[in-house]
Amino acid sequence: MIASLTVRLQREPFDAAAEAAKLRGRGDVGAVVTFTGICRGDEAGEPIAALMLEHYPGMAEAEIERHVAEAMVRWPLKGVTVIHRHGRIAPGEDIVLVVTASSHREAAFGAAEFLIDYLKTRAPFWKQVEKASGKVWIEAKKFDEVAAARWRAPGRKTAE
Amino acid sequence: MTVKVRYFAWVRERVGKPEEDIELPTDVKTVAELMTWLAGRGEEYAYAFGNPQVIRAAIDRAHVRPQSPLKGACEIAFFPPMTGG
Repeated sequence: MIASLTVRLQREPFDAAAEAAKLRGRGDVGAVVTFTGICRGDEAGEPIAALMLEHYPGMAEAEIERHVAEAMVRWPLKGVTVIHRHGRIAPGEDIVLVVTASSHREAAFGAAEFLIDYLKTRAPFWKQVEKASGKVWIEAKKFDEVAAARWRAPGRKTAE
Repeated sequence: MTVKVRYFAWVRERVGKPEEDIELPTDVKTVAELMTWLAGRGEEYAYAFGNPQVIRAAIDRAHVRPQSPLKGACEIAFFPPMTGG
C-alpha cells in the first residue's frame, strides 16, 4: 500500500486523536507514534498571555516536506502527518503535531523524533511570547541544535 | 539584477517592513556581502544587520550559508534562528 503523507499549516486548532486515527485501520500499520507540542503557560518563569507564531509561507511547507521525504528514505514508514499552527496560540493549546506510522515501533519512534528535532531548527517559524512586561521573541535553544545535529551522519552533506 | 528581499521576526521589526524590491549593486555577490551592504543603508538596517552572525538566510525558499552566491536568486530572505515546533 502507498504511504499516506499529510503536511498542513493552519491557524485553526487541530484534533490530534482524529489525525492519528487516520493512519490506523490499514493492515500494514503496527505502530503509530504521536507527538504533540503544546503552548506552556510560562516562559522563563514569567506567565504568558499567548504565543504568536510567525512563519515564512511557501518555505515552511517546502522545508517540512523535504524532511518528511528524508524520513521516508531513512525509515520504512506507512504514513506521516505533520501539522503546524501559526498565528496566536493560547496556553494549553496545541502548536504542532507529528504522527508517524510504520509496521514496527522502532521506525515510528525514530522518524517522529527526527521530524520534531528538524522542525525546531530548520522549519522557518518564529515564536514571540506576550507577557505582562511586553512582547519578547523566543531565542533559539542550544539544546534543540544539539538534538537536530545527532541525526546528521558523519560526512553527510546538508544544506547548511 | 532586481531581487525581492523579505524579512521575518525581529529582523522585520527592526527594518520596519516585511519585504522590498532591491536593485543589487554589481559588487554584492554573496549573502554575507548583501548583509554588509544592507547594514549601510540607514539606521534601521544597521540595527537589524549589525550582528550578521546571528542572522540566517534563504534563497528562493531554501536555507543558504553566508558565503552562498546571489547569482540567479529571485527571493532572498533574512531571519533569526528558527524557533518553531
